[in-house]
Amino acid sequence: MDPLALTLIELGAVVFCLGLLARLAGRIGMSPIPLYLVGGLFFGAGGLVKLEGMHEFAHLSAEIGVILLLLMLGLEYTAAELVTGLRRSWQAGILDLLLNFLPGAGLAVMLGWGVVGAMVMGGVTYISSSGIAAKVITDLGRIGNRETPVVLSILVFEDLAMAVYLPVLTATLAGVSLLMGLQTVGISLAVVTLVLVVALRHGHHVSKAVHSENSEVFLLNLLGAALLVAGLAAAMQVSAAVGAFMLGIAISGATAHSATRVLEPLRDLFAAIFFVVFGLNTDPRSIPPVLGWALLLAVVTAATKMITGFWAAKRAGIGIPGRYRAGAALIARGEFSIVIAGLAVASGVVPSELAALATAYVLIMAIAGPLAARFVEPIVRLLRRPVRGPAFRTSGPA
Amino acid sequence: MNVDETDLPGLGRRKDFMTASGRRIGVVEYREGQTELIVSTWDDPDTCQASIPLTADEAATLGNLLGGQRLAMKLSEAHREIPGIVTRQFSISAESPFQNQPMGKACIRTRSGVSIVAIMREGEVVPSPGPDVVLHPGDLLVAVGTQEGLDTAAGILRNG
Repeated sequence: MDPLALTLIELGAVVFCLGLLARLAGRIGMSPIPLYLVGGLFFGAGGLVKLEGMHEFAHLSAEIGVILLLLMLGLEYTAAELVTGLRRSWQAGILDLLLNFLPGAGLAVMLGWGVVGAMVMGGVTYISSSGIAAKVITDLGRIGNRETPVVLSILVFEDLAMAVYLPVLTATLAGVSLLMGLQTVGISLAVVTLVLVVALRHGHHVSKAVHSENSEVFLLNLLGAALLVAGLAAAMQVSAAVGAFMLGIAISGATAHSATRVLEPLRDLFAAIFFVVFGLNTDPRSIPPVLGWALLLAVVTAATKMITGFWAAKRAGIGIPGRYRAGAALIARGEFSIVIAGLAVASGVVPSELAALATAYVLIMAIAGPLAARFVEPIVRLLRRPVRGPAFRTSGPA
Repeated sequence: MNVDETDLPGLGRRKDFMTASGRRIGVVEYREGQTELIVSTWDDPDTCQASIPLTADEAATLGNLLGGQRLAMKLSEAHREIPGIVTRQFSISAESPFQNQPMGKACIRTRSGVSIVAIMREGEVVPSPGPDVVLHPGDLLVAVGTQEGLDTAAGILRNG
């Protein structure tokens, strides 16, 4: 068959299947990410169907998917929100970082994946899925809840932590020395500060440069700027994703809101392809051997996120049910865990079991997270009732 | 009254307060401009029993209803000594013949003996409105007069 025809047929079939999966996910009220991953496992190396023709396109699309995911993460919060979030929730943010980075990193060391593997797995278990968390909070009607700002400010902190973590990760994956690594940390901190200052003081200039009333012009400006900045960042040995993320932070105000609206469909498409490609590159036969570890990691890091949310909500003066709700809302891991694992796999310096473990872990957490958030309330109520019961009986007329 | 204002990063802003009955009540203002009325459950003030999306018009009308109620209660209190004097509220509907017209055109005082003592508009009070004040749909007129006079005034505002 003509290679172009083959590519188009394969691509069409894959995108169509993704549509079906997304619809299924919507029907049962879950995040589509685990289904995309499973879809990728099904199609890919060692899977049931082999796709060869669309390889090149899929690879580039996946890169664009990562750039768009990070650009939109940067757009999500304004620079002012990031700064106030950092000021208000840094204690909870650091607790979050310690409690949730260490289990992943520890397991990687135990499995003999070294410092690089630890850096990667720590990131995978640390970062909550802000996409899933925001959707769960909205769907469950918890936006007006008192613990919601607590959850959001932890997500904001993670956002900023990513800005420092990603360049460090890229440097680690490139195999630089400790001194060079420290230098990278210094540079990335300086760049983050610079971008924040620029966004706070002169954000409107950046916004004005890309803004247009015409949505077509606006989309092309945005996408062009994002790819340019990402490409330049990649050329300077900083990850392309970080460049896009910084651009997202620098764009602010009304422009950021309309940018989110304009980019959403594109992000959905390319991010879906990214998840599939990640699944494609993972051999499904490599998953069963790591499933036990993934489950263990899932249980531990669900508990650590719970502790984080519980502690942060307690500090904010929230009642006990609200503390559990805050913890459960943070459990879901998703897109950014896969982004981190994807960067590691692309560099080729981590063992292939890491991709399998990350896939299995995210599959579990993206499904378990929303379920935990939904059912934590009735469970807590059920558990707390027996405590109250006898108190009523003794105080009643004998 | 102590209203708490809380930022919701990425979403908007929440403004709420605790009622004497132990419920938290307030609004969430989204970045995109929508407003949601939130009410907590009775047993857990941290959570929300209802979040009701309101359009700008609905929010303004609700504000008028609540604000007008307070004004009317105060006025009734003041007029309690005088028998036969009643306070009532009239809302200007989109069908009213006097919408977007100066109030003087309705000649309410001449025709019914009723005084319009205030207009509630978008949560604000226009006290002692003169005849040149233009009436808008959604406005709430606070009127003082006799029972019969108020009935007449209601008819005037509805039918012209």
